[in-house]
Amino acid sequence: MLNITPSHTQTAKPKRATQDAQASPFLSCRGLCFSANSNVLIKDISLNFSAHGMSAIMGFNGAGKSLLLRLLHGVIQPDSGTVLWDNTPVTHDNRKRQSMVFQKPVLLRRSVLDNLLFVLKSRGSNDPNIAFSLLEKVGLENVSSRAARLLSGGEQQRLALARGLATKPEILFLDEATSSLDPTSIAIIENILHEECLKGTKVIFASHDIGQIKRLASEVIFINHGRISEQTGAASFFTKPETRIAQTYLDGGLPVI
Amino acid sequence: MKQISEKFAVLSILTLAALPSSGLAQEASILVQSTTSTANSGLYDHLLPVFEKKTGIRVNVVAVGTGQAIKNAQNCDADVLLVHAKAAEEQFVKDGFGVQRFDLMYNDFVIVGPDSDPAKVSGMKDVKAALKQIADAQALFASRGDDSGTHKKEQSLWKTAQIEPTGTWYRSTGSGMGATLNTGIGMGAYVMTDRATWISFGNKGDYAIDVEGDDAMFNQYGVILVNPQNCPNVKTEEGQLFIDWLTSLEGQDEIRKYEIGGQQLFFPNASK
Amino acid sequence: MNDMTDSLWTALTHIVTFNPDLVEIVLLSLRVSLSATLLSCLIGLIIGATIAVSRFSGRSLVIIVMNSLMGLPPVVVGLFVYLNLSRSGPFGWLGFLYTPTAMIIAQTILITPIVAALSRQILEDIYEEYREQFESLSLTKSMRTGAILWDGRYSLITVALAGFGRSNAEVGAVIIVGGNIEHLTRVMTTAIALETSKGNLQMAMALGLVLLCISLSINILVSSLRLTATRLGYA
Repeated sequence: MLNITPSHTQTAKPKRATQDAQASPFLSCRGLCFSANSNVLIKDISLNFSAHGMSAIMGFNGAGKSLLLRLLHGVIQPDSGTVLWDNTPVTHDNRKRQSMVFQKPVLLRRSVLDNLLFVLKSRGSNDPNIAFSLLEKVGLENVSSRAARLLSGGEQQRLALARGLATKPEILFLDEATSSLDPTSIAIIENILHEECLKGTKVIFASHDIGQIKRLASEVIFINHGRISEQTGAASFFTKPETRIAQTYLDGGLPVI
Repeated sequence: MKQISEKFAVLSILTLAALPSSGLAQEASILVQSTTSTANSGLYDHLLPVFEKKTGIRVNVVAVGTGQAIKNAQNCDADVLLVHAKAAEEQFVKDGFGVQRFDLMYNDFVIVGPDSDPAKVSGMKDVKAALKQIADAQALFASRGDDSGTHKKEQSLWKTAQIEPTGTWYRSTGSGMGATLNTGIGMGAYVMTDRATWISFGNKGDYAIDVEGDDAMFNQYGVILVNPQNCPNVKTEEGQLFIDWLTSLEGQDEIRKYEIGGQQLFFPNASK
Repeated sequence: MNDMTDSLWTALTHIVTFNPDLVEIVLLSLRVSLSATLLSCLIGLIIGATIAVSRFSGRSLVIIVMNSLMGLPPVVVGLFVYLNLSRSGPFGWLGFLYTPTAMIIAQTILITPIVAALSRQILEDIYEEYREQFESLSLTKSMRTGAILWDGRYSLITVALAGFGRSNAEVGAVIIVGGNIEHLTRVMTTAIALETSKGNLQMAMALGLVLLCISLSINILVSSLRLTATRLGYA
């Protein structure tokens, strides 16, 4: 499951600009605000992300985790504020070097293989070997010719991840990508994320699975009602979070309005 | 995407292949604007094969009301006009749309009515009197109302009878002869029709001819070549050939020979 | 009732004996309507897909107009095409009037709005589902259009069928621009109109039954295709 064919891994990613974490962060946002139907959903969020490791975004349901990921990925435009990646805004062009796996994967009405080929073609590649190696990686090589939409939930999510990796992203966003999956699928996905992270891919994910965050994340960003509560190293967050609301969350309590 | 453009290419080729080749390469043919009465009677099915066999010229007939046929011919959408409204035909020629008008054949109009004969006109010969009786009895009367030769004739008959046909009993269908017969028979109305259409009509119900034999009911057909000076696309040679044949002894004889159930439908009277 | 059974009998005998006149009429009907359907799909799907993936001011007005054009009366389309193709009209030099080409043109104009409006709805539903994923993948507009057209293909077949049904059933347009000329432009519907006007109601009904059978077989064929697609998870 974890064997990786050389064709995919050895094609090195373009080396990203070396960055000094202090002087200019890898990915950052400044003063992000977003509201819909006169409800303010994201309030003045400013964050810095380092180029390495996995950042987990946590918070109660409706805190704005999914929205924040989308704003960072640039598929939604903020009312105000900016997102900078290597000192440039995220555009149609450089977003091609990012991927996002959504909570509910949207797969094309095609076979498993064609779903991958579609994305590869969009990047000018037509090599089915790449597609097959990705399928092998996520354990779907035996169902390559089946209709993607007839796969089980776990299989669909794995295919969505394979699709996300097909573009060799420098940043991979995942929005509760493993919620409602069985332990096998979760393990497969976590292994792959771990591996990608080691290869230098920045992973930013939203999750409610505390075990998973403990296993994967190097830092935790806790948001509440569209505001940042804290951004802490994972180890210290789980031993002693800085804010009471995060403590309440970890204790399984109710959010305080 | 590539897959799709290929599919579309295939579709376009299919479509082009499906488009007709006729109109480009075909045998000589002429277009005749004519009336529903002649077409529906089956006369052309009898005449045209003889002409086509003799000359190799295909004759395409568009059957519409006389008014529309004349209009279409004025728009140059015909080589030959074969209709039955003498005054309008003469005007057509006078206005420069046609070369010359030839008498071709005649039959007559009749008034048909239901068995119950509410206006008691059965067996009458005097059409003026019959129309007056129908109007007085306010018996239903279905009119073509479509500016066709038959309609024009009917209007002139009402005029000579000095009746203004208005009121709920007078129903203008605005359609062809066959449709008007279907409608008229459906509602029990008297209908004026040319004899040829009536004889060949297949949905007579309990209807029969009530009024016939008045000289005023004479129905003359004429044939005209559309003027090439006005319409350069007119196939003068083939069109003239058709008119010459129709008015020749042979053509006139073929018209005479056309019968349904032993009844002759058209009476040739070309002056040549 | 007796008329109906007689009509049925007439229809059957004509079909079984392959009456050559009937075969000619049926083939021409299919040729005209299928060509018009293909052409209007080419044009209508492109319009429908383009509108589905585009956001511009006046978009909803365009959609309203398009939806209204679905109800174009065939006679009006016939007249419009006649006036254009008439020798005295702007395209008279083409010599298309009273040919099957004219009939194809008229029917294409008649059903393109149907294909465009219905496909716009279907494709927009698919696009709404895919939009965020496409955005994330930074796809170009043409890739998005192509993808939804391909993914909607089985649903779009129904749209094509609707177009075909309308073109195959209409008489108002083809009788004006085709002229119902025997052996040249006589199709099922104009033949039915002619037989009716001759008072041959039985024959007219029989032709109507043949027309119904054709549309029934085409629909069965396409439905089974769709069913298979649904079963395979592609629809």
